[in-house]
Amino acid sequence: MKLSPKVAVVGSECVACGLCENVCPREAVHVVAGIRAQVDPARCVGCGTCARNCPAAVISLVPRKGGA
Amino acid sequence: MASKRRHWYEYLWLAELLYWVLGVCNILCAWLGLIFFTIPLLLAILGYGKAYCNRYCGRGQLLFLLGSRLGLSRNAPPPAFLRSKAFRFGFLAFFMVMFCLMLFSTWKVFTGAPLQQTVTLLWTFKLPWQWTDVSGVSPWMAQFAYGFFSVMMTSTTLGLVTMVLFRPRSWCVYCPMGTMTQGICMLKDPAARKRLDAEQQQGTLPHSRK
Repeated sequence: MKLSPKVAVVGSECVACGLCENVCPREAVHVVAGIRAQVDPARCVGCGTCARNCPAAVISLVPRKGGA
Repeated sequence: MASKRRHWYEYLWLAELLYWVLGVCNILCAWLGLIFFTIPLLLAILGYGKAYCNRYCGRGQLLFLLGSRLGLSRNAPPPAFLRSKAFRFGFLAFFMVMFCLMLFSTWKVFTGAPLQQTVTLLWTFKLPWQWTDVSGVSPWMAQFAYGFFSVMMTSTTLGLVTMVLFRPRSWCVYCPMGTMTQGICMLKDPAARKRLDAEQQQGTLPHSRK
């Protein structure tokens, strides 16, 4: 299956509020140990819903490493 | 996309609204707010991470409803300082100092000072709040209720302001309870933190954009 050209990445200043996890339509992002959210690049389709909703604005869409 | 099944905890914003209604009708109900203080910390200490923030926080749900569903939020990214460690921990420290001052006021009433029947908004504006008959309880219990409701109203006001100005749940970025629970999680699982920090340095996780 062809992966999306972009993938979401979570910045280090994530406050682990979990909103990204709630809004992600692909269940591709999860809060790890209450410390920081982390994206599963295999599931992420780069839709940007998490980035648009992140209250801290620490999620970005970046080109996928190794190409789609 | 198939619609997700709704869970009971997605309706906890009603509990937040109910708290406000009860507090306005009878200030002594403000004591119920201790639930919102203790459960997040308990869950973090017991190993459930930030489960309260992630799932059960009624305030976060209410802010999201008002900001996103009702469209009251500008949905603008918040300023970078709001998510900085300095501001988050500084705000937590400030909040704790004001909370301790509130406890001191309660202590003064306990030792004989007169009861102050006001709710203080944003640590500055004293709102008269004398419609509840508090003669049935000890004055210090009533004083604590006034003080605690002041804390809750102040934090909600800040949450509403940042909801409108920035993103719906901008309050979650600097919420003192969130800062404390995340701090507890970092202390409980330093290995996870190290792994995430290592991934950060290897370039898997970028630094937050400014």
